[in-house]
Amino acid sequence: MLWKNTYNEFIKILAKPRSYIGLAALTLLICIILFAMKADGRMYISFVTASFEQTLSFNGNILNGNLIAFIVLQMLIVHIPLLVALVTGDLLSGEAAMGTLRMLLTKPISRSQVVLSKLIAAAVYTFILVIWMGFLALMVGRWVFGSGDLIVLNSDGLVILNDADVLWRYGLAFLVAYLALLTIATLSVAFSAFADNSIGPIVSTMAVIILFTIIGSLDVSVFDSVKPWLFTTHMASWRSFFNDPVPWSAIWESIWILLAHNILFVAIALFKFQRKDITS
Amino acid sequence: MNNEPIIEIRGLQKNFGSFTAVKDVSFTVNKGDVFGFLGPNGAGKSTTMRCMLSLIKPNAGQIHIFGKNLFEERNAILAKVGSIVEKPDFYKYLSALKNLEIFARISGAAVSQKTIYETLEFVGLSGREKDKVGGFSHGMRQRLGIAQTLLHQPELIILDEPTTGLDPQGIIEVRDLILRLKHEQNKTVILSSHQLAEIEHVANRMVIINKGQTIIEGSVSELMNAQETILSIELLDKGQQALEFLQGRFSAGKAVLISPKKLELTIERNLVPTLNAALVNAGFEVVALEPKRTLEDFFIQMTQS
Repeated sequence: MLWKNTYNEFIKILAKPRSYIGLAALTLLICIILFAMKADGRMYISFVTASFEQTLSFNGNILNGNLIAFIVLQMLIVHIPLLVALVTGDLLSGEAAMGTLRMLLTKPISRSQVVLSKLIAAAVYTFILVIWMGFLALMVGRWVFGSGDLIVLNSDGLVILNDADVLWRYGLAFLVAYLALLTIATLSVAFSAFADNSIGPIVSTMAVIILFTIIGSLDVSVFDSVKPWLFTTHMASWRSFFNDPVPWSAIWESIWILLAHNILFVAIALFKFQRKDITS
Repeated sequence: MNNEPIIEIRGLQKNFGSFTAVKDVSFTVNKGDVFGFLGPNGAGKSTTMRCMLSLIKPNAGQIHIFGKNLFEERNAILAKVGSIVEKPDFYKYLSALKNLEIFARISGAAVSQKTIYETLEFVGLSGREKDKVGGFSHGMRQRLGIAQTLLHQPELIILDEPTTGLDPQGIIEVRDLILRLKHEQNKTVILSSHQLAEIEHVANRMVIINKGQTIIEGSVSELMNAQETILSIELLDKGQQALEFLQGRFSAGKAVLISPKKLELTIERNLVPTLNAALVNAGFEVVALEPKRTLEDFFIQMTQS
């Protein structure tokens, strides 16, 4: 029954216009970034390299597909949670608002199977978003701008990664970025289990992200013990793959914390939904 | 019909915070019944029906369906139940066919495409299967809702207010559908309705609840016949003589002359044929006998007492 309902969930997601908003928005944003970089990328890059030009000489194709993919990831990873929540926050509460949840739960399918099938569908949808972003940013970026060594400016300074050493980093970076977005998906599904309207869980998810991000960025010692445990702190851990050497222990720590959040949010969704009186 | 109980509800109670929606509801639905579930707004009908479908968990009481405890064997029970609670809601962005496929897939039975098309035909939606539900009228959605309940050949059908919002033609269509389910498919049907005449037309047994409690339960005809009715008698002539003839002859209330050819008296429904025979034997030419008390009067009397 779980897989049958998961199949149903895919049909519903595919048929809903809002499911394509995320893909369309991503495509548009990445195309705009690619166009802007094609038109004025050299100027943009020179701002970054200017401070190093007294000590370093940059030769070759600096503005390449690898750099474009990095810029795209950095710019969009902040906004994609909204696109994810737009679909996943609606999965349970949207059905409650439509009245179809009532219809669904009079069938011989357990409530936990309903929640899990929606979570699987949410996970697949999020994965498709990340894959699409990766394809557009990396593949189209390489096709338009060509390949080359990746120059990354981080807090420790300038990191230059050989072209041949980049693809595996992107593969793993996208996986960790996916795990971060999956956390958003499970959070919004958990909120969705409490609500009977579509907009509440989406707004609540974004509010939590904004709140945690602000707490994470506040340089106040009172929050120092909390910050490492906020999932938002680990949402940018994909960047660590572009350090040299790769800080594996920090990445694994981020992965465990994100996984723990995912498990917690799924447990909350299951607990709440099992006990919920369907009055809508 | 027989006395094999399909639904047995005992001492059902449901509170929402400090508000008691259902206080003490008990009734039994037997196999083959078309069972009317009556009560004024806020009586607890929908809450009871939601409890019967495990949408709401009661605070106390027992619900046994097909002899099994609902909360222990939910999925096995629901596989044999088709239902509409309040109103049938569908995925408006999907076609009627896709909607039925979605519900069929999780119905617990193998439902073929042929069955889906046949069910659509049964409810009069043949030819509209590819149309999006968003464009359907209320009546069409109601019929699609009934199609959804029938897909997996359930033994028990639960319909909560199935004619709400329908025009008179739609009400007749749904009523006919319910009667066809009973006569052609021998289904057990439980339906609640504000169209009290509808219950009178289709149900053989009923329960009335008010303020979350069972008021009365039994056969519709027995309950109706046991009650006094205001009988309107129209004669060809001799209204005054008929009035004098009837005074004191039937134990019920006093007869009143409404016009020279028409009188009214209060009488038990089951005495109406005897009264008719008495009038004819006494030489009165009876044009019409019309019991004026309907289930609606009965319902109001029961819920207000």
